[in-house]
Amino acid sequence: MTLVYVETDESGQVQLTSAEALTFARTNADVLAGSVLEAAVIGSLTESAHKQLAALGVDRIHHLESADLEAYSAAAWAQALVDIAPETGTVLASGTPRGMELMTHVAVRIGERMAANVVAADDEGLLRQVLGGAAFERLRLGGDLQVLTVAGHACNPEETTPTTPEVLTHSPEAAEEDLRTRVLRTEVETTDGNDTTGLTQARAVVGAGRGVGSENGFGEVLELVDHLGGALGVSRVVTGLGWRPHSEQVGQTGSRITPDVYIACGISGAIQHMAGIEGAKTLIAINTDEESTMVQRADYAIIGDLHEVVGAVNEEIRNRRG
Amino acid sequence: MDILVCIKRIPDISGQITLNESGTNIDDSSLGHTTSAHEECAVELAIQTAAATGGTVTVLTLGPAEAVEQLRAAVGVGANDGILIEADNPEAFGPEDIASIIGDVIRDRAEEGQNFDLVLLGNDAADTGDFQVPIRLAYDLEYPVLTGIQTLSATGGSGGSGAIEAHGIGPAGTEAFSLELPAVIAVQEGGIDPRYPSITGRMKAKKARIAEYVAPEPGAGNPRIGLELPPEKASAVTILGEGRDAAGALVDILEEIGVIRS
Ligand SMILES: Cc1cc2nc3c(=O)[nH]c(=O)nc-3n(C[C@H](O)[C@H](O)[C@H](O)COP(=O)(O)OP(=O)(O)OC[C@H]3O[C@@H](n4cnc5c(N)ncnc54)[C@H](O)[C@@H]3O)c2cc1C
Ligand SMILES: Nc1ncnc2c1ncn2[C@@H]1O[C@H](COP(=O)(O)O)[C@@H](O)[C@H]1O
Repeated sequence: MTLVYVETDESGQVQLTSAEALTFARTNADVLAGSVLEAAVIGSLTESAHKQLAALGVDRIHHLESADLEAYSAAAWAQALVDIAPETGTVLASGTPRGMELMTHVAVRIGERMAANVVAADDEGLLRQVLGGAAFERLRLGGDLQVLTVAGHACNPEETTPTTPEVLTHSPEAAEEDLRTRVLRTEVETTDGNDTTGLTQARAVVGAGRGVGSENGFGEVLELVDHLGGALGVSRVVTGLGWRPHSEQVGQTGSRITPDVYIACGISGAIQHMAGIEGAKTLIAINTDEESTMVQRADYAIIGDLHEVVGAVNEEIRNRRG
Repeated sequence: MDILVCIKRIPDISGQITLNESGTNIDDSSLGHTTSAHEECAVELAIQTAAATGGTVTVLTLGPAEAVEQLRAAVGVGANDGILIEADNPEAFGPEDIASIIGDVIRDRAEEGQNFDLVLLGNDAADTGDFQVPIRLAYDLEYPVLTGIQTLSATGGSGGSGAIEAHGIGPAGTEAFSLELPAVIAVQEGGIDPRYPSITGRMKAKKARIAEYVAPEPGAGNPRIGLELPPEKASAVTILGEGRDAAGALVDILEEIGVIRS
């Protein structure tokens, strides 16, 4: 049996990453010993999430909701998952911060190992991303129950013959000790720009790196962002120099983005940056150096000074608009 | 508040990676070494928190003898002293081993009268990215644990009696937590800027006090069978042109993708 921890968004929809994890579980069922697919949802279970889970081939839904689980506490939530986990098989989540944290707690509580960011499973074991995706580690967990997280974009969410999952409702009580790390309050950022959702949801992202030259060099790229109704993403050099806030950083220690197009301006293409843009459908580079990794990895490139090129692109867009 | 920060020596990679002959690790013989950005932020948070509460910062690493370089770098920016747990074959240790060995050293220090109120680590190591050592360490010590933390504000003093408020980014916004000490906290880059070493810092680093332990044989061991590199992709780039003359071709592509606002 495979139990998948499913995250939902504010409107109660199943997160894309969780849909990927469910697809991974279903398509690797034979290796994961998971002929039965179960989903665990903590908090409210909406009608639309129920439908999505059915379309994704879930056989059984565990709906966990109680006062003790209302505010997030990794220890309490993990224990609730441990209590419904199978004896043998697999427990997994997508490789989001919550997924990572919960799966590690689950693994420790049941005395098993854990593998983060798995991309494939076969008879030889698991394959997972290391070095921010620049390399893969092949490993074998052993144990009766495998605990793992599935890396983002390891597979595409795929619907299957719809099931009619039964819903098991649980209202777990948590041990006092497990509530010590409960979220006290959540501050929804509005003004100081800590919000990264614009960046992770944008269809078009314009990237800016050291090549921009200075804090005052963002005029052209910001205008292009505006023409595309997109978002600005930057390299760590840019945040490290204090030119832009960390919330705009893309890469291994920033956001991972999945736009239809990423236009990297003055970014060299270090592996830690590339780790964040694997999910971009089309990659365009604007760089003075034709030999740079970014240009070599791009689908399209323009060689030249980004201020000049982006300035001309903006002008062309304005002209075509008439 | 006395704080322990666990840092890991990792190869400083930006370009092409190559593997060692047995394919079990990265060939780092021609690479420089560093620590991860998360850990640099953890060191900075520790320095600021210790300064605010009147306490000390100790940095710890489990790694080869050369890892003393990373401990010294941390002393150079303001840590007080270091602990090296020497292991000449660090890749033989899995996250369970690393956590339990660090736990043993913390208990050993406590017996000698040095109690750490707070243990900070990076959220995930930049090389192995196991996402496990902080949480496993916390269970080993029976301390509460948080991950993904970006800022701290101390609300208590030393002696394990205080509390700390911690903040990190959750799915719906910035989340605040309050923890009784002692506790384990895994830090994520983004809330604080690590400082650069000053001249006096560099001098201090040279004379840093480093306590040495020898790592026991790994217990659980590393579940790794080997590493693999993604197949090298031949470049498939279409060069649209040079300079401003190529702008039109780029706008054509953006129009085709359908991302230009009307
Ligand atoms: C543990 C760790 C985590 C990291 N995490 C991240 C991360 O999350 N995100 C990230 O981005 N980096 C990360 N890094 C840093 C990464 O290794 C690189 O240092 C960084 O991505 C380089 O940024 P850059 O491309 O802007 O700068 P550079 O590498 O300096 O490249 C600048 C580029 O701009 C080009 N250029 C210069 N002038 C112009 C011009 N006028 N017009 C056009 N092109 C021009 C140059 O040819 C060059 O290609 C991390 C590093 C470590 C060790
Ligand atoms: N060998 C080590 N020595 C010291 N700290 C470590 C070591 N390995 C991991 N850590 C700490 O644990 C964090 C998470 O590592 P990991 O669980 O391997 O992703 C790192 O950012 C370090 O702070």
